[in-house]
Amino acid sequence: MRNIVLGDEAVAQGALDAGISGVYAYPGTPSTEITEYIIKKKAKESLNIHATWSANEKTALEAALGMSYAGKRAMAVMKHVGLNVAMDAFMNMAISGINGGLVVVVADDPSMHSSQNEQDSRYLANFAKIPIIEPSNQQEAYDGIRHAFKMSEKLRLPVLVRLVTRLSHSRSLVTFNKPLKQKRVKFPNDIKRFQLVPARAKPQYDLLVQKQAEIRECAEDSPFNKLIIGADKSIGIIASGIAYNYLMENFQDGCPYSVLKISQYLLPRKQIKYIFDESERILVLEDGYPFIEEQLADFFKENTKVIGRLSGHLNRTGELTPNMVAKALDIKLESINELPNFIEGRPPQLCDGCGHYDTFNALDEIRKEIGDKQIFGDIGCYALGALSPHHTISTLIDMGASITMAKGAADAGVHPSIAMIGDSTFTHSGMTGLLDCVNEKTSITVIINDNSTVGMTGGQESSALAKIKGICLGMGVDPEHLKVITPLPKFHEENVAVIKKELAYKGVSVVIPQRACVRLPSDRKKEIKKILEAQN
Amino acid sequence: MITNIILAGVGGQGILTIAATLDIAALNNNMFFKQSEVHGMSQRGGAVQSHVRISDGEIYSDLIPKGKADIILGMEPMELLRYLPYLKKGGWLITDSQVFDNIDNYPDKEEIFTKIKSFPNHLVIDASKIAKKIGSSKAANMVLLGAISSFIPVKDRALKAAIKILFDTKSERLVQLNLNAFETGKKYVEDTVSI
Repeated sequence: MRNIVLGDEAVAQGALDAGISGVYAYPGTPSTEITEYIIKKKAKESLNIHATWSANEKTALEAALGMSYAGKRAMAVMKHVGLNVAMDAFMNMAISGINGGLVVVVADDPSMHSSQNEQDSRYLANFAKIPIIEPSNQQEAYDGIRHAFKMSEKLRLPVLVRLVTRLSHSRSLVTFNKPLKQKRVKFPNDIKRFQLVPARAKPQYDLLVQKQAEIRECAEDSPFNKLIIGADKSIGIIASGIAYNYLMENFQDGCPYSVLKISQYLLPRKQIKYIFDESERILVLEDGYPFIEEQLADFFKENTKVIGRLSGHLNRTGELTPNMVAKALDIKLESINELPNFIEGRPPQLCDGCGHYDTFNALDEIRKEIGDKQIFGDIGCYALGALSPHHTISTLIDMGASITMAKGAADAGVHPSIAMIGDSTFTHSGMTGLLDCVNEKTSITVIINDNSTVGMTGGQESSALAKIKGICLGMGVDPEHLKVITPLPKFHEENVAVIKKELAYKGVSVVIPQRACVRLPSDRKKEIKKILEAQN
Repeated sequence: MITNIILAGVGGQGILTIAATLDIAALNNNMFFKQSEVHGMSQRGGAVQSHVRISDGEIYSDLIPKGKADIILGMEPMELLRYLPYLKKGGWLITDSQVFDNIDNYPDKEEIFTKIKSFPNHLVIDASKIAKKIGSSKAANMVLLGAISSFIPVKDRALKAAIKILFDTKSERLVQLNLNAFETGKKYVEDTVSI
């Protein structure tokens, strides 16, 4: 039977059918729908698995490792920049190795549709020295997850599955396989490898280095890598992941050149050697950074055999498209209509009635007095405060950076120094920065926009729900300077006054504009209201 | 044979529902499809689009190449034109007549419609008005789906069955409203153009 699924959902169903006992994740476009699918499926079918959002990607990945240590299969899911947050665990679990299969699914966002960069996770997997699966379509996403778990248990290493936006968020038909059973709790025979004191870490790292040859052999034998021989040897094409589709789109009746499709790494040396030797030139097609091209290209550019993004035959940045591939191969395109010059951009906007509007409006009034360069922003819907018509926030770097950047500016002598962060971003990575401020009595005002949900990714449960006040007080924020306000137009004057007063204070002050996200269903809003009332 | 359709609009206008209807209908007609969509940040009142590709054989790319779209369907006229480079020679531009100007610098409306009408194969339909008349302007998306139904390889029966599946969980009233919108859109085109 063929099922209609999103690329993300194919991954989710693939993981369920591969016998996972738990998924651990923090929401982030374009990865969110993987975990959402499993959470919904669990509720509907009363599945006996762990499926709840974690506070951040690091806690998610570590919990997945713990489940793997206990002998069961676990999956951690995140967007590309989330892997940076989890990087400490990611690097070191490659050294310790795993017990039950462990797969880290990372969804990259070439062209930055919903992200602050377009980093390519394949580099990070290579850095950690672990295998990568990079599916080219929805069926391969489904099958690839099971294969990734198999590889993980065979090599006793975590495996990274790399998705890109266009696969994550595209629907097609997928045939499901017979599900595997979950594993039982069974500790590793040798627990010493999980004790990364130097004496144990050194031999483990040597072992990881030695395993590289086996990882490469697995890729050379992988059913996901395919070498198709063509008659025309003027160029050979290496295409990874969905780049393979963009290539074949240009050759509906078959490609005249030899093609090496890569969906499993380390790079399959045997096949690359073959296509490299038989072709006059090699075109490398990748949706992301020139990861393969860099490994094959010549440092001194004496040999120009390998072409791609680095050589200028393809755009250096941004996502790959079928048209870019056609251009690189000199395929003539039919005449294309130009984009009329009067078309204007239509950037995303805050929803009607959103509480962030009211907080922006309050701050806009204050900015008239203090200037407009000292409100440090963060990741979430309120990031739209960087755009027209608000222009409220001056910076937007990474999860939690509002508080710590505002701290650094305050340390430099800026006053007032204001941080604007959301509830779930605060518990994701903002809390520790606030602790630094409290410990140093930094003169800073932190505005925690509490809409009691993870808004931008579609309203997932926030780890911070009804906990922000308690966390701030527990960290030592003075209760006199911890204010909860309601961001509604009718409280505008009052809210401006509260914020102004806290800005004058020399020390840590926290203002929490608290109003549930307008997009939440009304029963959820009621539920949140009850929980918050009980807390207050 | 691949039929390529680009659905264009603003977040919240019901593009994903059109896409989902086409997906289900394609499956029930035993065809292949790929359908990309927009999630996340851009969904919030921003420009959104979906590429829908339906075929009797395997489809490679999730994205429609430029110059290959058989139909660009606009829930909004400026959004329709945003994807003009994708239009195939002789392809159809079909759009709701109603503009959605939630930006300060929305272009001159006459300029937009003049451009659309400069293409021989175009249809500007009062989809929102028609939908409002039969019950709710929200069903404008189904009026437009009805409008393109004669241009695409999936059968009306499969499309109507898909509408039933999608709205069944909501209410019988919505099922009827959307089926009615579909039929009205279809009839409008049949009365207007000879295909």
